[in-house]
Parts: sequence; structure tokens; C-alpha cells
Amino acid sequence: MKKKEVLVLEELLGSNKKIASEIRKNLEDKGILTINFLSSPGAGKTTLLERIGEKIKPDYKMAVIEGDIETERDAEKLRARGIPAWQIITGGACHLEAKMIAKVFSEIPADLDFLFIENVGNLVCPASYDLGEKLRCVLLSTPEGDDKPKKYPKAFTTSDCLIISKADLLSLLPFDLEQVKKEALEINPRLEIFITSALKDSGIDELMSFFLSHLNKIRNQHA
Amino acid sequence: MHELSIVTNLFEILEEKATEHKAKKIVYVKLKVGKLAGVVPEFLETAFKLYRKDTIAHSATLEMEEVPLKIQCKKCKSEVTKDDFVFICPRCGSRELKTLAGTELLLEKLEMEV
Repeated sequence: MKKKEVLVLEELLGSNKKIASEIRKNLEDKGILTINFLSSPGAGKTTLLERIGEKIKPDYKMAVIEGDIETERDAEKLRARGIPAWQIITGGACHLEAKMIAKVFSEIPADLDFLFIENVGNLVCPASYDLGEKLRCVLLSTPEGDDKPKKYPKAFTTSDCLIISKADLLSLLPFDLEQVKKEALEINPRLEIFITSALKDSGIDELMSFFLSHLNKIRNQHA
Repeated sequence: MHELSIVTNLFEILEEKATEHKAKKIVYVKLKVGKLAGVVPEFLETAFKLYRKDTIAHSATLEMEEVPLKIQCKKCKSEVTKDDFVFICPRCGSRELKTLAGTELLLEKLEMEV
């Protein structure tokens, strides 16, 4: 019996990264902007998507991949508003992985403008998984409290944009908006921050302009 | 709690390496876990112990090296190890930083019996 030492230096999530890169390339080649929404449960991801769907309907096509531990509820909600949606039920898993996206991939129409992925509600695990998105957005709703960026650093350091949701409740809550912005930019100086209320329709136009500028960017690159 | 899912990936690599090197068994596994890798080392260890039964690494010991977050300032070039996650250069205040280490989740090396 001989002992042998082998140097490996392989990333444990390397296989996820590989699938994610293929998905990203495929979608970008089609001129589709893919956006991954991360947040804790109840931060308002689905409501924001409903509002976005309403706003862009006459001009742009969008679809949503929904990740949930159980039920088709979110996808049904979106379909009821005319937004094509695919539900991935993870059956207990706390996050989506690139291979789950790959499974529904063949059903995604090629003529989309935006593909949103609504991740499983969880501020921890989804942050470790690249799903092939071009943009990652973390939502923080005002009732969750203003201490989240530093408590969940990975979700904030890996995101391109921070969406503060339920801003219509700001006047009722001890939520220090300036402090959140400061802390979020300390852990990730390149974060774009949007203050939104899907219910009151505020801040959504600014967010959409940001998405549109990225859509134009990938289309110019692939023109 | 995505550590079990990560350990599943680890064992896929272990099986691959064992076949490649015609190993009878794997006896030692060394991981590098960055402070900002988003995993809890204790949970990884528990998942590893659960998963290893009936695998090529059933008696393997697991070692994890925690890697601190290390950044380099693009302006003043100083390299700093950070305990917090404040991405501001403590020397010159710049926010233009490069992460040198601390986000990795790597299988560094293995020991096997061949």
C-alpha cells in the first residue's frame, strides 16, 4: 500500500460555475438580460416583478423563473398577470443552482428582453450560487431592519444593485436609510442603490432605466 | 444550510480523482475556506462526516484552512487583511480595491492509498 499526495486546487462550486457561464453566454447571445433577485422571504420580490411586468408590458417582453421550497403560488400570481413564469420547486433546498435553471432552459423563449430569476427567499445560501445572471439584485425591505448589509455580507458583496423595498413604510419605522446606504457601500462600493415601493409605484422607473441601460449594453456588445 | 449540497460536489471531485489516480481509498482531504465564501466550516464538517460513509473516502480526515479576507488597494498598493467587511482602504481611504483572498472555496489537496 503506497500513499500518494495529490494537489488538486479545484473550486468546490466549479461545476455550478461552469453551467452558469454556459447559461450566461447563451442568454447574452440571444440579447436577453438576466437578473437574479435575492432577498429574505417576504421582502417583496414577487410584488416588484408584478409591478415591473405591468410597466414594461407594451414595449418589452419578460419572463420569470421562480424558485421556492414549495408551491406554484408565485408563478401562478405572475401568470395571472400575463407574465410567463416557470416554477422550480426545490423540495427543501434553500437556494437555486445553475443546473436547476438549465433544466427549464429549453422552455425559455428566445425573443425575450428580460429574464428574471426569483431566488428562494434566503439571504445566505443563494449568494454562493451563480445562476448565469448578468445582474444580481439584493432586495432589503424596510420592515426587516437597517442592520442587514453587514449581517449578511455575501449577499451584498456579490450583488450589483441594492433595492430597498417597501419604502412607503419608511415614515412608520425606525429604519435609517442613510446608514443602510453607507454600510452597503462600505462592503460593496460598486452597488447601485434604488429606493422603491412597488405598491405606491415609486422608484421603479429609475430601476427600470438601470436595467434598460444594461440591456442596451449587452445588445451593443453582441450587435 | 447549503453545506450538504457543497459536500455533494466535493465527493463528485473525490470520486473523479480516485478513479484518475487508481486510488484504493482517500485518507485525507484538505479544503481552503475563505472568510467570505459564505459557508460555515462546522456545518461543512458535519455534512462531510454524514456523506463519507460507503464512499471512497469513508475513513478520510478533513482539514479546513480558514482564509482571511485580504485586499489590495489599487491606488496606494497596500495589502491589508480585514476582519470586517469594510471595503475601504484603511491607509488612503480609497474604495478601489482588489480582493486577493478570502472568497475561495477550494479543494486544495488529497492523500490517497494506491
